[in-house]
Amino acid sequence: MANLNINIGKLQLKNPVMTASGTFGYGTEFSDFIDLSRIGGIFVKGTTLRNRQGNAYPRMAETPSGMLNAVGLQNKGVDYFINHIYPTVKDFDTNIIVNVSGSTIKEYIETAEKLNSLERIPAIELNISCPNVKEGGMAFGTSCLSASQVVRSVRMAYKNELIVKLSPNVTDISEIAKAVEGEGADSVSLINTLLGMAIDSEKRKPILSTVTGGLSGPAVKPIALRMVWQVANAVKIPVIGMGGIMNAADAIEFILAGASAIQIGTANFIDPTVTIKVVDGINDYLDRHGYQSVSEIIGALEL
Amino acid sequence: MKKFILDLIVTKNEALNNQYSLIILTSSEKLPEILPGQFAEVRVDNSPTTFLRRPISINYVDYEANELWLLVQIVGDGTRKMADLKIGDICNLILPLGNSFTLPVKKDARILLVGGGVGIAPLLFWGSYLSERGFSCNFVLGGRSKDNLLQLCEFERFGNVFTTTEDGSQGERGFVTQHSLLKGSNFDYIYTCGPTAMMKAVAAYAAKTKAICEVSLENTMACGFGACLCCVTDSTEGNICVCTEGPVFNITKLKWQI
Repeated sequence: MANLNINIGKLQLKNPVMTASGTFGYGTEFSDFIDLSRIGGIFVKGTTLRNRQGNAYPRMAETPSGMLNAVGLQNKGVDYFINHIYPTVKDFDTNIIVNVSGSTIKEYIETAEKLNSLERIPAIELNISCPNVKEGGMAFGTSCLSASQVVRSVRMAYKNELIVKLSPNVTDISEIAKAVEGEGADSVSLINTLLGMAIDSEKRKPILSTVTGGLSGPAVKPIALRMVWQVANAVKIPVIGMGGIMNAADAIEFILAGASAIQIGTANFIDPTVTIKVVDGINDYLDRHGYQSVSEIIGALEL
Repeated sequence: MKKFILDLIVTKNEALNNQYSLIILTSSEKLPEILPGQFAEVRVDNSPTTFLRRPISINYVDYEANELWLLVQIVGDGTRKMADLKIGDICNLILPLGNSFTLPVKKDARILLVGGGVGIAPLLFWGSYLSERGFSCNFVLGGRSKDNLLQLCEFERFGNVFTTTEDGSQGERGFVTQHSLLKGSNFDYIYTCGPTAMMKAVAAYAAKTKAICEVSLENTMACGFGACLCCVTDSTEGNICVCTEGPVFNITKLKWQI
């Protein structure tokens, strides 16, 4: 049995396997299927200052080895989270991390401030990469200047672990990563979804109500892996890797590329127990290769 | 209700015609309680083009035989693979998902169940459930042609069966809402599942005749248990998930223009 503990800055994880925001609800949706205390952390659904209805149906299109979504950050707002969801999730024996999004810098700050006071929320993940909202979201994460501005502002307002979630829809993701590192991000997570599109040729219409949406699943894994590797080589802060992880081998690839921890997203929809299988599979890998601790294989890719 | 991920065993896979298959599954263990209207998310193995599970209505549960029935319309690679399952194959399902139809208050309630195409699937289970509890059911089942009328013998076990086809190849010609039964009678409860246009016409008939109406929606979804937020419908409470708040909705909760 290898040591699976990992620290991401001040955030202590019992293992490097966490769930990606927007794919795991608030964890409660999965409690019939798995023991939530066995995973390293849960990134809850993207949370905004106010209630958001999200985009109109249809919001999803299946693709070869993946799916497009255009949910558009549907959530009941941060106050609802604090009053109605936090009282339940605070007792889970795992890290609960809130993914924070906004249309303006002021909204990001206000949301982060409200979460600052919650004892059992050790970190937030700043979502500057949602491709499915008209204002804010990805717009902040696709230039070094705007990414820097939002991270600088939230950094001043938020005292705990600040993770910044990066968009792959950029020319050079490592430049954005360096910019947010420079503004005080404690770690970065990547990748968010890739902007894509699906068409119904019979109807000559787009499948998604928003025309474009975010691509996830194994289809994006090679791109995600490349970006994690590039970013891990460009910054000193820890990197949390994600993008199409379906099993332990995928997760280990991300860790070898330089990720200190990983998030599992779309795979949760197909196998709600996948997180536990990945935890066990990482442990088996470490035992099989004679490693004492998962930290030994972070960035251990041999070139 | 607690949800399960189960490996069930195929005991029968019958092609009802070239578009529809009836898959009968069993388990070495007792099947969990499942309510009419609920569905399963079926994993499709060995289909490179099928990434997500497929949400499939529970067609019928025979607790004595420990059997679960799925009626599948072949619309793409995923459902084709399901239709190709062989006896003894394993089929992995997440179930039971979603809510169920609501029982009428009075035993003498006049009940109409209207189904179109593969939308008849949950109505068989619901009809059996009503019938077991002493309610009498009237089914109006419709399709484009007689090939789309399925399981009529099964439905006849649980009530009076009426049919329509658009081409007149069986039953009355026209849409389900044009059936003569609807002109001559009044119903207290109407339950419907099928194409959206059909359900809207049924809902309009229910509104006009002041019947309580429940519809079962079939929105596309990625997960089936409230995590992906992809299957929403616009309701009086805003966007809500069909997989957890439905798939069965009282028509008064939906913002349909009828």
